[in-house]
Amino acid sequence: MPNPTPLVEMRHISKHFGGLQALTDAELDLYPGEVLGVLGHNGAGKSTLIKILAGAEFANEGAIFVDGHEAHISDPNDARGYGIETIYQELALCGNLTAPANLYMGREIHTWGFLNKKAMKLEAEKALSRLNIRIKSLDVEVETMSGGQRQAISISRAVHFDTKILIMDEPTAALGMEESRMVMELTVELKKQGIGIIWISHDIHEVYNFTDRITILHGGQNVVTAPTREFTQDEIVSMIISGRRVDRADQPEGV
Amino acid sequence: MDFARLKSQPLVWILLVAVLLAVVLSFLSPFFMTVGNMTNLSKQVSIVAILAAGQAVVIISGGIDLSVGSILALSAVVIGALIQVDVDPALAALAGLFTGTLAGFVNGFVITRGNIPPFIATLGMLGIARGLALVITKGVSYQVLVPFFLYIGNAKFLGLPIPLYVVVITFLIVAVMMHMTVFGQHVYAIGGNERVARLQGIPVNRQKVKIYMLSGFLAALAAVVMTGRLAATPPSVAQGIELQAIAAVIIGGVSFVGGRGIVVTALIGALIMAMITNGLNILGISSFYQQVLIGIVIIVAVWLDNLKSRAG
Repeated sequence: MPNPTPLVEMRHISKHFGGLQALTDAELDLYPGEVLGVLGHNGAGKSTLIKILAGAEFANEGAIFVDGHEAHISDPNDARGYGIETIYQELALCGNLTAPANLYMGREIHTWGFLNKKAMKLEAEKALSRLNIRIKSLDVEVETMSGGQRQAISISRAVHFDTKILIMDEPTAALGMEESRMVMELTVELKKQGIGIIWISHDIHEVYNFTDRITILHGGQNVVTAPTREFTQDEIVSMIISGRRVDRADQPEGV
Repeated sequence: MDFARLKSQPLVWILLVAVLLAVVLSFLSPFFMTVGNMTNLSKQVSIVAILAAGQAVVIISGGIDLSVGSILALSAVVIGALIQVDVDPALAALAGLFTGTLAGFVNGFVITRGNIPPFIATLGMLGIARGLALVITKGVSYQVLVPFFLYIGNAKFLGLPIPLYVVVITFLIVAVMMHMTVFGQHVYAIGGNERVARLQGIPVNRQKVKIYMLSGFLAALAAVVMTGRLAATPPSVAQGIELQAIAAVIIGGVSFVGGRGIVVTALIGALIMAMITNGLNILGISSFYQQVLIGIVIIVAVWLDNLKSRAG
């Protein structure tokens, strides 16, 4: 990577739940404008690592640096303060509210507590069109929309407030093929804007075609962190399962 | 702007039902549409309507408040006790309002900090507030024969009874709160999906405490009106009235699962219930039937609502 300072550095992260060691000395780097795939099977520690970054869990040991400065993240609002937003697989919207209401949920535009609905609608229109999201009407409740449209609204909400780091936790798991494609196109758009994206997925094919780099976790430790194309899909699958780094025959030993 | 939202609401339907009921009753009895009876009706409906405004907010937030009848009684008793020791009536009324709001705060605090379901927390308050009202009065009813309260209960302003103004102003303010403020937006979000609301940084606990404080405050406001009407504060007053308030909200078409409905429909729901009671009285039909009929109306109202939402 040409960029000298990573957006995020997670260093020596350890976390245990009672006697269960979820993470041991785990690491993560994320650079601007890249998609980093985080892989590992269930219980490998990937969701714990990501939750620590998102402020939903707290590490027992280790440090997080954002833009080179140490960041103290103890709840989701702290994370948001550092420009870190999370998209969850289950669509995190209130179905009974409109797109603008969802976009501005918790940070409504208001004067003296009175909503400025016009401004929010206008801004929502702009935010959605900036990402080429087409939604027929901003006055309808989002539960009448398709899964892809709703995920698009989640994403535009996540990046609307000066976001630099976007965590996407299985963002396509609940979506059909066409809708997944729409979400991925959207993500490419965000990449162009210099946002660093952490992409968590079980779909190896999707990860392989879509991410710039991968980091594989196994038993709470990093197995490997490397540009995605350095390995084949089969090798990646084997590393996820075995937890051992595959040594390439065409590479000199020890690299 | 909000037209699409209003159109999808049952406001139009419920209004139609209310008007139809009024027309039918005025044909059945010449006494129904008289000034006297309308004044009577508006007085009858006022207490339940004020409570229903608060209840509607609570139900839209996905909660329930079973304690409003007891909070009403406790607030009334506090007013009555203060009047007994010659406290200024306006001050006594303020103390009553404070009592109700405080009880609502306790409800909200228990629900959010204790993580106790609203049904349980307010069921507890139902017993606590009623019990305290009996403890304070030792079971006797205080007389409140001061002009301030008699005026609220019996006087008219521009030909309309004072309680009617209280009801209209209450609903106006609550409607503005629900549809034009950040607080209202948060109530709908919490009722729609509390987890999402929390995740998106809505101070869910703080807003919930405010919601139950509002309900408690309105119960106390109803107590002020009630004290005026009865010229006394019996500690057993308004027993079971919480169920009438809930019924008014449900008949009005507010969804019991939360996140949906508008507060004004609760007023119309309360009116429909009062018209049924009043109409049967005028027609000389036994009051025993009233409860049966209102029970049926509640179920039919929700059933029709289900049919409508299934039809899209």
